[in-house]
Amino acid sequence: MTDTIGTPILEAPRAEGAKDQHMVLNMGPQHPSTHGVLRLVLEIDGEIIVRLYPEIGYLHTGIEKTCEAKFYQQVVPLTDRVDYLGPMANNLCYCLAVEKLLQLEIPEKGQWIRVLLTELTRLNSHLIWLGTHAMDIGALTVFLYTFREREEILRIFEMVSGQRMMTSYFRIGGLAMEPPLDMFARIQAFINTFPEKIDEYSNLLTGNPIFVNRLKGVGYLSKEDAIALGVTGPVMRASGIDFDLRRDMPYSSYEKFHFKVPTSTDGDVWARYLLRFEEMRESTKIIQQALDGMPEGPIKADAPKIVLPDREKMKTQMESLIHHFKIVTEGFAVPAGEVYQGIESGHGQMGYYVVSDGTAKPYRVHMRYPSFATLQALETMCRGRMLADVVAVVGSIDIVLGEIDR
Amino acid sequence: MSQTANNSFIGKAAVLEGLADHPALKAILEWNAQALTDATFDRNELTLTVAADQIRAAAQTVQAAGYNFFEDMTAVDWFPSSPRFQLSYHILSHTYKERIRLRALVHEASASVESITPVWPAANYYEREVFDLFGIRFEGHPNLRRIMMPDDWVGHPLRKDYPVEGYR
Repeated sequence: MTDTIGTPILEAPRAEGAKDQHMVLNMGPQHPSTHGVLRLVLEIDGEIIVRLYPEIGYLHTGIEKTCEAKFYQQVVPLTDRVDYLGPMANNLCYCLAVEKLLQLEIPEKGQWIRVLLTELTRLNSHLIWLGTHAMDIGALTVFLYTFREREEILRIFEMVSGQRMMTSYFRIGGLAMEPPLDMFARIQAFINTFPEKIDEYSNLLTGNPIFVNRLKGVGYLSKEDAIALGVTGPVMRASGIDFDLRRDMPYSSYEKFHFKVPTSTDGDVWARYLLRFEEMRESTKIIQQALDGMPEGPIKADAPKIVLPDREKMKTQMESLIHHFKIVTEGFAVPAGEVYQGIESGHGQMGYYVVSDGTAKPYRVHMRYPSFATLQALETMCRGRMLADVVAVVGSIDIVLGEIDR
Repeated sequence: MSQTANNSFIGKAAVLEGLADHPALKAILEWNAQALTDATFDRNELTLTVAADQIRAAAQTVQAAGYNFFEDMTAVDWFPSSPRFQLSYHILSHTYKERIRLRALVHEASASVESITPVWPAANYYEREVFDLFGIRFEGHPNLRRIMMPDDWVGHPLRKDYPVEGYR
């Protein structure tokens, strides 16, 4: 094995025959359509992609290392910042993993509110995808429309948790606090009009011949390649694999909801585009079911040594004050062991691997984020295509650099 | 594996008895029973520990047994105990709708194992990440270079003995 340190990422094109005309081009890290700080090193023959090499790590903050120095409950705010477009999904995955370690059961209402808000998060994530994807292709208007709806979702998040983006609302053992009384009505009002809004976006784009021609047949990924390259989520389902963790390995009461998992066999950018629209419609249905069947009861597990007491109890009862003090200053010990918890986030299969050594701080937290694996498939999707198609393909795999670099 | 949902089998003997017809376990035993050094079923998750020099063959075996999707791979540093590193591979089956964990223990002196990139190309980035942050080498990896840290970085940040404060 040779030492790779210091060698150029793509060696200079060799002078054998047609390769003379190959050129190495840098796209990013400050390119507007790379959704953050993704750098793509492209070897091109005229306008045809010969090789593509994603260079990542510009946003690496060492979150996994930071987690090892925090108490279990202090990791929750860190998880928000990983996939910054889907804060609740991050919280959910981490909390489920630690709850699995603790073997803690969450009351039904807590689980349902988690489902409700996680699906809203999915809508939030898909709306950003749609706006930016269309903008990359040149359809600037849609961005303004999707951000109008996203704003309402963020207002709901603010109402629930006090924060628009970094919510930290799901906590180990339940939720941070009771949701405000009019939250359900507000979500209902949003859901009542949202299907029309989806149609509105669709009217703007789906029939537009320029948009369709930029997307159809571009970035093909076969079923076999999708499995081999670890692609998950909408990209995988658009390549014909019918698998969704929400349905197939349910968590947090998802088995009680009825929804379809849209799939397609076309495997191109257009299929992914249509599929995410269907996913938004299905998410709307899940939210409606969650609102209709919302159970009564507590939102936190009955585990005073793990779950922080309500503010009022803490101020009036000695026991609760002691528990509060102990949890905040010393954390809580988690039995030794290792767990892996996977959930279906907006981008694909997210997973947290948490190893405990029996103390109050996690020994190791590893985050499996879908975009990291999906990025490996980028070369397969782009090779042999035009340079301009790279923009369409990068948009269609819906990457968030925060979750790739962590 | 619903019938065993609430049970825990700790220890190889208990797992071999309790999960005798588990497809992955059966395949591993048929392939090479000696390579399976430990097995645990805890919190509804099956962990199969295989000898570190057999990891690629073990990956091929579970892949053939229906565990078709490579989901995740990472390392844990158990400094200062020995063997120091633990590699955890999470393999998902779309057929059985179930996940298993393959585990391999690696000594610090020879922190090198066979790459499973030939089995699942998806492992490419994950092995690079482990190489970058833990300093474990993967034989047969097509492009083993740092992925998160700059190419000229010294040290492997996720090791437990990596300094977290002070000047470098």
